[in-house]
Amino acid sequence: MTEKTLRKGNEALAEGAIRAGCRFFAGYPITPQNEVPEYMSAHMADAGGAFVQAESEVAAINMVYGAASTGTRSMTSSSSPGVSLKQEGITYLASADLPCLIVNVMRGGPGLGSISGAQGDYFQATRGGGNGDYHIIVLAPNSVEELGNFPKMAFELAEKYRMPCMILADGILGQMMESMSFHFDPVDPNTLGKFDWAVDINKNGRKKNNVFSYKGDNLIADVVERAKRYGYIEKTEPRFESRQTEDCDVLLVAYGLSSRACMEAVVKGREEGLKVGLFRPITLWPFPSQALRDAAKNAKAVVCVEQSLGQLVQDVKLSLNGAKPVYLNAYPAGGQPDGGTILPAVKSALNGGTEGLFDLQRHAEGFSYECKRDTSLGIQGDWKGGK
Amino acid sequence: MTILAQRPKSLLDVPMHYCPGCGHGIVHRLMAETFDELDIAQRIIGVAPVGCAVFADSYFACDMVQGAHGRGPAIATGIKRSKPGAIVFSYQGDGDLASIGMAEIVHAAVRSENITVIFINNAIYGMTGGQMAPTTLVGQVATTAPKGRDPKLQGWPINMCEMLAQITGSKYLARVAVDSAQNVMKAKQAIKKAFENQVNGVGFSMVEVISQCPTNWGATPMQALEFVRTKMIPQYPLGVFKDEGAK
Amino acid sequence: MYQGIRIAGFGGQGVVSAGILLAQAGVEGKKNASWLPSYGPEMRGGTANCSVVISDGEVYTPIVAAPDTVIVMNEPSLPKFEPLIKKGGLLIVNSSLINSRPTRTDIKSVCVPCNEIAEKIGMDRIATLVAIGAFCKLTGAVSVESVVHAMKKVYKRAKPEMLELNKKALDAGFEAVK
Repeated sequence: MTEKTLRKGNEALAEGAIRAGCRFFAGYPITPQNEVPEYMSAHMADAGGAFVQAESEVAAINMVYGAASTGTRSMTSSSSPGVSLKQEGITYLASADLPCLIVNVMRGGPGLGSISGAQGDYFQATRGGGNGDYHIIVLAPNSVEELGNFPKMAFELAEKYRMPCMILADGILGQMMESMSFHFDPVDPNTLGKFDWAVDINKNGRKKNNVFSYKGDNLIADVVERAKRYGYIEKTEPRFESRQTEDCDVLLVAYGLSSRACMEAVVKGREEGLKVGLFRPITLWPFPSQALRDAAKNAKAVVCVEQSLGQLVQDVKLSLNGAKPVYLNAYPAGGQPDGGTILPAVKSALNGGTEGLFDLQRHAEGFSYECKRDTSLGIQGDWKGGK
Repeated sequence: MTILAQRPKSLLDVPMHYCPGCGHGIVHRLMAETFDELDIAQRIIGVAPVGCAVFADSYFACDMVQGAHGRGPAIATGIKRSKPGAIVFSYQGDGDLASIGMAEIVHAAVRSENITVIFINNAIYGMTGGQMAPTTLVGQVATTAPKGRDPKLQGWPINMCEMLAQITGSKYLARVAVDSAQNVMKAKQAIKKAFENQVNGVGFSMVEVISQCPTNWGATPMQALEFVRTKMIPQYPLGVFKDEGAK
Repeated sequence: MYQGIRIAGFGGQGVVSAGILLAQAGVEGKKNASWLPSYGPEMRGGTANCSVVISDGEVYTPIVAAPDTVIVMNEPSLPKFEPLIKKGGLLIVNSSLINSRPTRTDIKSVCVPCNEIAEKIGMDRIATLVAIGAFCKLTGAVSVESVVHAMKKVYKRAKPEMLELNKKALDAGFEAVK
C-alpha cells in the first residue's frame, strides 16, 4: 500500500490503470474526463506502452479492439455522449470475447446535455448499449481511492471471463481530489503469460488464432455458450458494501457519488433517531441481488438514491421482487444529492409522505401536451418559404 | 522435375467462397506469395473487413482479427502499436474504406501508421447485394441507384489514392488492376512494395486494387474484365501516386 | 473533527488553488481530505468556488452543501454562500473587498482585511492566503505548518522567495484574528 496522497480522480484512475499493467490507451477529448488521456499521453510511453489520440470515439474503441486482440491490457475512457459512440465497438468486443477496460466518467444527458457529473448512463452500461445479447462487467467506484484501485480488478475480471469491463464513474468523482493510496504493487505486464486465443507474432508452431465477431451459423451456439459464463459471474462475482443494514428501518440503495451523500444521511439520520442503513452495489452488473435481499430483510422501506430519473431503482425492484416497498429519491441530469436532501425522502418512505420521493405518474398528474403544426407559419411544402 | 507454380504456404488449402470471376481470390494469393517471399509469414497479423472478405480469416494462414465495418485501420493501429514487431494489414472494400470508414483511413494516413492497407475497389457493395458504393461510376446501375448514379443526386465517384496523396503521412499509394496477367504481375509488385515498406518502417502504405464483381455488375466474368478496362480504369487510372519509401 | 468548507471569490484570487492547498494541508496532518471545484462554464469570469472537506475519519460527500466554514473573498460571494452555512458555523469575510456585512446571528462571522494585510506584506495577490491563515487559527482543522508543507507540493514551480511571502501571509492572517 502506498502512502496517502492527494490526487484528482481522473489522474488516480489513469495512474491506477498504468500500475495495473495497461499498455495501450486510445481516447478522444471530452469533458469531464480529459485528465485521463492527458495523463496517459504524459506517462504511457515511459511505462513502455502506447497512447493514441484517436480521430473519434468510434476509432478509439476499435483501436482497443485491435490492441486487446493481441492480449495487451488495453483501455479507453470517455464521457456519456462519447460512450454512446463507443457502443459499436463494445458489442463487437463482447462478441469477440475480448478483455478490455472502458471508462465512463458520466455527465448530464441526454444528448450533449451538460458537463455536470451525473448517473444517467446506468441503463446503457448495465443493459448493453450495443446490439445483441451480451453483458459487460460494470464496476462503480465511489471514491478517488477506488478509482485508483479498480482498474486492476477490472483487468483481472475482464481477462478471467474474456469480456469488456467498464468502470462507471461520474464527473464529480473524476474532477475531485481526495486523499488516496494504491493497494497493490505495480504489475509488469511483460512478465504475464500469453493467452492461447490472442493474435500474435512468433506462433512457435501453435494453431492459427482468429479473433472474430461474425459467427454466422454458429451464432446460436456461441451466444448460448457465453450465457453460461454470465450465469457463473452472476453467482460468483457480485460485489457490494453494506452499512448499518442489520437493524435499519429504511434501507438506502445507491452507487458511486450518490452513495457518498447516503453515508452522510445514515450518520445524520441516526443522530435524529432514524434507523437508516445503506446498501451500495459495487458491481452494477452482476447486480448483487441476493445481498440486497439480505440487507433489506428487516427494512420497512427501501429508498433508491440516484442521479438519474429511475434507472437503478429498476434493478432494486427486480431484486426485491415486490417483497418491500421501493421508493425513488432522484437527482437527474446533473442534480446532486446531499445528506440534507435524502433524509426528507427517508421520512416520507416511513410515514407515507411524498416529499423527496419521485413518482413519474404523480409527476405528470394533470399534465397534457400537444404540439401542433401551424399553417399560419407557412406550409411545409412551400419551399420558397413564407406566403 | 521443377515446380513452376504451387499454393503459397501463407494461403490455406481450403476452397474459397468467392463468386466465379471475382478478384478477391487473386489478391489473396498475391498477398500470400508476398508473405512467403519476404519471409514475414510468422509476423503477419491481418484485419478482415465486413463485406465479401469477412471470411478472409479462413484463407490466410496468419493470425487474423475481424472487426466492424470501416474500422480496419483503427483496429490495425491498435494491433501495430501494441505489437510493433508485427506486420499488420487491413483488407477493405470500397464501401468499408471510402464511405463508413473514411475517418479511419484518413487518420491512419495522417498518423502515418506503419501498416499496409489493401483496398479492393469494385465500385459496388458486394455482400449486401449490389448497392451503390462511393466508388460507383456515373451512370452505373446499383440496387440503390436503379436509374444509374446521377451526380446531381449522388455525387461523383471518389478517387482514394489521389485524395490520400494530399496527406503528408501517406508514404506509398498505388492503384493496380487484376484484369490481365500483365496487370496481375504489376499488382504483385505494388503489394510486395507496400509490405516491404512496413518491414522497413516507411509508414502508411496502401494499394488500391480495381477488382471485378461479375455477380453484382450483372456480367459474365469476361464481360466484367471488359468493364474494368473500358469503364473502371478511365475513372480510376492505374499507377503509383506516391512513393516516398523509395531509396 | 469534520470540516466542510466552501471558499469563494472571483477568478484570479486563487480561491480554487487555496482549496487544494487546504486539502493537501489536511493530508499533511494525516487527515482525510477532499477538494471539488465548481467547474464548467461558470468557471469563466464571474465567481469561482470550491468545496473542501477535512476529516479525522472518512469524508462523506465531497459536495459541501451545508458548510461548517465559508471563506468569501469578494462581494457577490457573500449573499450566495452566507445562507448555506450550518447553524453555529463560521464565516470569514474579506472586509477589504466586501462592504456588506453578514446578517446571520446564528453563525460566527469574522471580518479580515485580507487585501490590506497582503499589500503590507508586499503582494495583493496573496490575500486568499491571509484568509487561510485566519482559518487555521479559528478552526484548528489544519496547522499553519501543515499548510506550509502543503505549499511545497501544491505550488511546485513557485520560487523560494514566493513561498516565503506566502508563509508571511499565512502568519499575518493567523495573527489577525483572535
